[in-house]
Amino acid sequence: MPNTPSDLRYTREHEWARLEDDGRITIGITDYAQDQLGDIVYLQLPEQGADVSAGEPMGEVESTKSVSDIYSPVSGKVAEVNSEVVETPEAVNQDPYGEGWLIGVDPSDPTEFDGLMTAEEYEQFLTEEAGEEVG
Amino acid sequence: MQTIFDLSVSGRRASTIPQAGVEENEPAIPSHLLRKTPPALPEVSERDLVQHYTRLSQKNWAIDVGAYPLGSCTMKYNPKINEQIASLPGLRNLHPWQNEADAQGALAMLWEMERALAEITGMKRVTFQPAAGAHGELTGLLIMRAFHQSNGDPRKTVLIPDSAHGTNPASVRLAGYQVRQVPSDDRGLVDLAALEDALDETIVGIMLTNPNTLGLFEKDIEKIAKAMHSVGGLLYFDGANLNAIMGKVRPGDMGFDIVHMNLHKTFSTPHGGGGPGAGPVAVTERLERFLPAPMVEFDESSCNYFWDPDRPDSIGRIHGFHGNFGIVARAYAYYRALGGEGLKKVSERAVLNANYLRTIIESKYPLAHPGLCMHEFVSTARRFKKLGVRGMDVAKRLIDLGFHPPTVYFPLVVEESLMIEPTETESKQTLDALGKALLQISDEAESEPDLLHSAPTTTPVGRLDEARAARQLRLRWTPELAKELTG
Repeated sequence: MPNTPSDLRYTREHEWARLEDDGRITIGITDYAQDQLGDIVYLQLPEQGADVSAGEPMGEVESTKSVSDIYSPVSGKVAEVNSEVVETPEAVNQDPYGEGWLIGVDPSDPTEFDGLMTAEEYEQFLTEEAGEEVG
Repeated sequence: MQTIFDLSVSGRRASTIPQAGVEENEPAIPSHLLRKTPPALPEVSERDLVQHYTRLSQKNWAIDVGAYPLGSCTMKYNPKINEQIASLPGLRNLHPWQNEADAQGALAMLWEMERALAEITGMKRVTFQPAAGAHGELTGLLIMRAFHQSNGDPRKTVLIPDSAHGTNPASVRLAGYQVRQVPSDDRGLVDLAALEDALDETIVGIMLTNPNTLGLFEKDIEKIAKAMHSVGGLLYFDGANLNAIMGKVRPGDMGFDIVHMNLHKTFSTPHGGGGPGAGPVAVTERLERFLPAPMVEFDESSCNYFWDPDRPDSIGRIHGFHGNFGIVARAYAYYRALGGEGLKKVSERAVLNANYLRTIIESKYPLAHPGLCMHEFVSTARRFKKLGVRGMDVAKRLIDLGFHPPTVYFPLVVEESLMIEPTETESKQTLDALGKALLQISDEAESEPDLLHSAPTTTPVGRLDEARAARQLRLRWTPELAKELTG
């Protein structure tokens, strides 16, 4: 079972969001997502100061298997970008909730965060998704 | 392994040419444009040169070495007689600027091939300029753009199913349009309701592969065509899988407006490093005037074939001269050898072979969408994940057992996918052996997973570090890099 820390919120597209003390929201992709993608080789992230919208693509993640969109869990302005993870994308594989964080967003609508899935709901979602597939 | 640079010895030559004894002219190229130091080319004897490249060629896998079930790529056998025919002096030595009067045979060949492809696809006219499938896609999209612009109706968005080839959205962006993805439903087909939701007067059209990338025939194609045409959009047929339906059903009859064909797939010409390809584009009557110029025409009164450059509404040239003519010559030889009935059998055998192999392996490699398939099918290696074995490990182990791997991790809509296309040119014995190898790998995944993790072990180089190759991409050999890599 993939690691899903209980202090984070989650999306159906397998991003995580963490509410920091100063109201900023840190965003990354989940342990399940990095495991599915395999070795991540390239990340494209939005520029600092860019606007992102909840549920809309905000970047791309490329692994040896595929290229996928990264969707923003919340709307707001990109306040910080993890430039180190762009240089060493394997950090997302090794530490998706720590060194592998992607961007920090100043949210325009703080209630969006509360609408995201809890760890328990996300785990339930993963179980249901697994059941739907073949095999 | 040594590179050709490692073999280099200063001053060594493959051949030396005696001085002609004639005074040298001033070089035609101005001296300020000439390089001052010679390039760092390897200096080797002819013996070293021949040995080196022969050894390299022996390390390759090729369709002439064994089965190559690479789904979507259609790695069918390339008949050798087609190579001989394309090498006939009358074709090989023809200059593209040859007078039309001296090239009547070549023009007649293009004309006849155009008639054949138009008949197979149910279209009106065909251009041979596009150099391959993706180039055909761009050509088709530029024709769509020209069509909408001629109606004073610039549109914005092209619809693409989520199972589509990656080249489709890339071509759309290159043509200056936006992409909107249409989901597949639980049948693995275009979700009709989602498609209808997405349709409005801003939609340029839809790009579809039929049968689709899951090896399934889009049964609702007539409904899709009707819905798309009702908002003034066009239907583009990605012909990557045309080899499944030749002589059975025609894109034109399904309602498509534009078709590209991959001669290097369906018509057996070489590809996969052996290219170049050819991606002719066919269109219906209402789009004919937008085709690239020039087109081959035939004047009945004088019985002459000629190039007609006078196409005022054309999107213009998209290739130098007449496309990859030598490839069209090979495809023409293939089509003439098989004829209509033969091409129909090609498709029948391709579908039969895929279904035969499917039934051998599907108990161990379940299908993403069970049931009959067309010329290819998508299995999943998902059940091995709990054993720590991935689709990539299955693929690598297959190399040890003497087969080229299938396509892995595509289409993206299927987890741990193995996309298998045996093509019509494999015998029952080969299919049995391939099926047996896959079943053996399934057993090994349970009993000896490390065998799969360490595969391939029988090849000149073992498992490549694909992640490192992508993260630290080095495209150019330099002496400094060589020192750095070998320490």
